[in-house]
Amino acid sequence: MMNYIWVIMIGISVIAGIFTGSISAVQDNLFSFADTAVEIALGLIGVMAFFSGLMKVMDEAGLCDKLGRALAPIMKHLFPGIPPEHPANSAIAMYVAASIMGLGNVCTPMGIKALQELQTLNKTKNIATDAQCMIMAISTSSICLLPTTTIALRSAVQTEGAAEIVGPTILVTILGATVCVIMTKLLGKLKAFDYNYLIERDRAAGQLKINEEYIGNDPLKL
Amino acid sequence: MSAILNFLSLYTVPIVVFVIPLYALIKKVPVYSSFVDGAKEGFDTAIMIIPYMVAMLCAIGMFRASGAMDWLVSALSPLTSMIGIPGEVLPMGIMRSFSGSGAQAMCAELLAQYGTTSQIGRIASVAMGSEETTFYVLAVYFGAVGITNSRQAVIAGLTADIASFVLAAIVVNLMWY
Repeated sequence: MMNYIWVIMIGISVIAGIFTGSISAVQDNLFSFADTAVEIALGLIGVMAFFSGLMKVMDEAGLCDKLGRALAPIMKHLFPGIPPEHPANSAIAMYVAASIMGLGNVCTPMGIKALQELQTLNKTKNIATDAQCMIMAISTSSICLLPTTTIALRSAVQTEGAAEIVGPTILVTILGATVCVIMTKLLGKLKAFDYNYLIERDRAAGQLKINEEYIGNDPLKL
Repeated sequence: MSAILNFLSLYTVPIVVFVIPLYALIKKVPVYSSFVDGAKEGFDTAIMIIPYMVAMLCAIGMFRASGAMDWLVSALSPLTSMIGIPGEVLPMGIMRSFSGSGAQAMCAELLAQYGTTSQIGRIASVAMGSEETTFYVLAVYFGAVGITNSRQAVIAGLTADIASFVLAAIVVNLMWY
């Protein structure tokens, strides 16, 4: 999927650039966004390191286990297949809490942490599991309940009524998240997106990448 | 409601950052060294996402400069105006899935030009707050674990973005017009 999207995006950009005469701007942006990508990633290092450190402290103090066990009844439904004592539970819970409170810069490290924990339940190195897709569904539909950025943008123009969009934004966000969760569940049933089908397809093509860090019961064999 | 949320976002992090190490200290965890160990992992993760970010952002940057957006807008605007979305908001709604900063700049422009309490301003604000930079999020999160086959995540994310954008217009139109 990403293969096609990536090539199509670049292809359209180059063709449109030639037709609209903006090809030099396309080239400029290619280089400047390569820089931006590195800047963003480097800018993440500090917060990322801090919260990974904090998560480690939590983990060693046994807090992750406790949180995971407390949340097990809910997690069981949203993310079937994660064992209750697995650290992914608490990582997901903290991620969801951070996004609901609109803690943008805490969200990214927590979301990454959740995906990394889930990776230990992934038989492959490169194919996303159902649980990982569900995390993406939650994050790509941004469950943030306080649109701080938009309120800031609005009050920069006019303070009066700057927050009037909070109600509709929350409503639309919840509806959008619901659409995303449903789509993820439904599309996951299609053969082309089926986890086990994709494993067999990669195996047939000789491209299967087995995850050595998989801790589940039925690891793949070549 | 927003007062409570404001309060939470102001106090949660500092309190959590104090309480967790304190609890760990009582549990006799070597707090400082385990923090540093964890922080090292965080550092590695941030480095690991660089290639994925470069791939994604270069494509997004080229797309933004190419003028392909105008094509997309003129192709889609007859459809969207039928369901009550003003054509002016469309570029921002599409940009939102690709680039947060790009959409933010466009939203600020719309707000300045049409006013915050105009139909355009309101739809832009709600769409800005409820859509997500799907491509960026996918690149960062899946990049951090080395996932290259994201299965249905892209389509589901984009469908949600489209749904949020359309719903933003419908909700605003119902509430105020």
